[in-house]
Amino acid sequence: MDAVVEIEGLIKRYDSREVVRGVSLSVPRGRCVGVLGPNGAGKTTTLRLLLGQSPLNGGRIRVFGLPIPEAGRAVRARTGVVPQMDNLDPDFTVAENLRIYGHYFGIPAHTLDARIRELLAFVELTDRADSPIGTLSGGMKRRLTIARALVNDPELLILDEPTTGLDPQARHMIWGRLRDLRAQGKTLLITTHYMEEAERLCDELVILDQGRLLDRDSPASLIRRHVEPEVIEVRGAAGTVRAALGGVPDCRLEAMGDTFYCYTHDATTHIKHLEGRADLTFLHRPANLEDVFLKITGRELRD
Amino acid sequence: MRMTLVPRFRNAAFALWRRNTLVWRKLLGPSLLINFGEPFLYLIGLGYGLGLFIGEMMNMPYLTFLASGILASSPMNTASFEAMYSVYTRMIPQRTYEAILTTPMEVADILAGEMLWCATKAVINGAAILAVAALLGAVSGWQALWVLPIQFLVGLTFAGPALVMSALARGYDFFNYYVTLLITPMFVLSGVFYPVSSLPPALQGVVQFLPLTHAVDLIRPLVAGQPVTDVALHLGVLAAYGLVGYLVAVKLVRRRLLV
Ligand SMILES: Nc1ncnc2c1ncn2[C@@H]1O[C@H](COP(=O)(O)OP(=O)(O)O)[C@@H](O)[C@H]1O
Ligand SMILES: [Mg+2]
Repeated sequence: MDAVVEIEGLIKRYDSREVVRGVSLSVPRGRCVGVLGPNGAGKTTTLRLLLGQSPLNGGRIRVFGLPIPEAGRAVRARTGVVPQMDNLDPDFTVAENLRIYGHYFGIPAHTLDARIRELLAFVELTDRADSPIGTLSGGMKRRLTIARALVNDPELLILDEPTTGLDPQARHMIWGRLRDLRAQGKTLLITTHYMEEAERLCDELVILDQGRLLDRDSPASLIRRHVEPEVIEVRGAAGTVRAALGGVPDCRLEAMGDTFYCYTHDATTHIKHLEGRADLTFLHRPANLEDVFLKITGRELRD
Repeated sequence: MRMTLVPRFRNAAFALWRRNTLVWRKLLGPSLLINFGEPFLYLIGLGYGLGLFIGEMMNMPYLTFLASGILASSPMNTASFEAMYSVYTRMIPQRTYEAILTTPMEVADILAGEMLWCATKAVINGAAILAVAALLGAVSGWQALWVLPIQFLVGLTFAGPALVMSALARGYDFFNYYVTLLITPMFVLSGVFYPVSSLPPALQGVVQFLPLTHAVDLIRPLVAGQPVTDVALHLGVLAAYGLVGYLVAVKLVRRRLLV
């Protein structure tokens, strides 16, 4: 399968600190790859390197088979970018933002007119076409930023935390649009720290932490390989929980905050131990990506 | 990064020029008022007021002398302020360049577009002043229209170094130094209000290195209907400031934004 993005042994230093440490990654055409990682993992830096916006200190990048940073212009002409922080042009209205951005790609006026109409409809902003940017909600700005990234009809779409800070309605709307784009055959590279987002949108995930790539696989395989299939979340005093589950076989017990997690292959017997106890509350659920993520990157706070 | 030493000029620069033109058009009303109002004030207040006492200066009415000086200094002010305050706003707080740099545009294109726009705005404002000066009878003949392309060049001349200031600035306060230490002294010393030849000889030598002096030397005879001398020298100095400023600014902005 031909790869749209190929990265090998990527290294980036700021001052003497290595923030990307030997990352290798490939994004096959027409697929969606998610980069999962806590804050400061190096996600944004990796994306900027990929676009030729930052000099690399080691490794090799090819996008559409072209070398980066040498072919940065040509690659950016075929790529759409949704940056982590909104940077819409505040001097213009919604439609004007798309138009001005289209000019940067050298898109001729007649093509641009039709494209702007389609894109506004696609992100449901047609009735806000003439609104100034300052009057838009966070979700609308994000949708407009996605429309802006599509103005050059890109083959590759790079989205840096596309739904961070949005309410659930806005998030679901954006997920829907991104799935539409997948269906149209576009290649997607998304960074996120929402597990649900990663699981819903991506065929393949890579887990990045402190500049290193820790693992890559499909969401289902990651869960199967890293954690037991069932989880019981237990709340209660630490001593009580340990007393209830301590001696039980097939229970890997982890604590985070005021909650204990018992990872197991079959929760039937464990639930019997917990049922009917007034001093504990518990929830039984299948293991998910969040469990994988916490296991791989650790449970301590990041910032 | 493609860090070519001398950036090539590309059509992409016009995309940014066009962006700025569209913003300017939105604010046309207030900006035209300022464009006509300020020169009126200067020319009537100083030209007539002082002119009454001075009469002629260098074989021309003082009103003509002053108007030609203002026609040279106005593009300096317009381009310098645009390339500092507006460019800095787009580059840092507004993150406009960050957005543009995800398109095929590069730093060299953005700054070339900014300079073209600064020069365009300098000519728009300059044309307003020329119209006012002509109305007041301070302009002798159609050859004065050559002032407009020269104002375009003067706009480029001052946009270059001002872009360097924007590339270095950590905040708007920084621009006060440049204005106080360079722009204002040039405005006062480069022959806008009185001939450079009346300065002490040592200072006259220094003033010959200032770009505004050369702008005045080109524009004044065109307005007064006198022969223009040393054209190549004046054009060369004006072009050199703009070009060197541009090249340094491209280097500094790349270093600042492409990290
Ligand atoms: N311009 C910069 N100068 C110095 N350090 C930086 C710069 N940009 C990012 N970093 C550092 O690089 C690391 C990775 O940052 P980033 O790629 O933004 O992480 P993420 O997007 O995964 O949250 C962080 O520790 C951050 O502080
Ligand atoms: Mg980031």
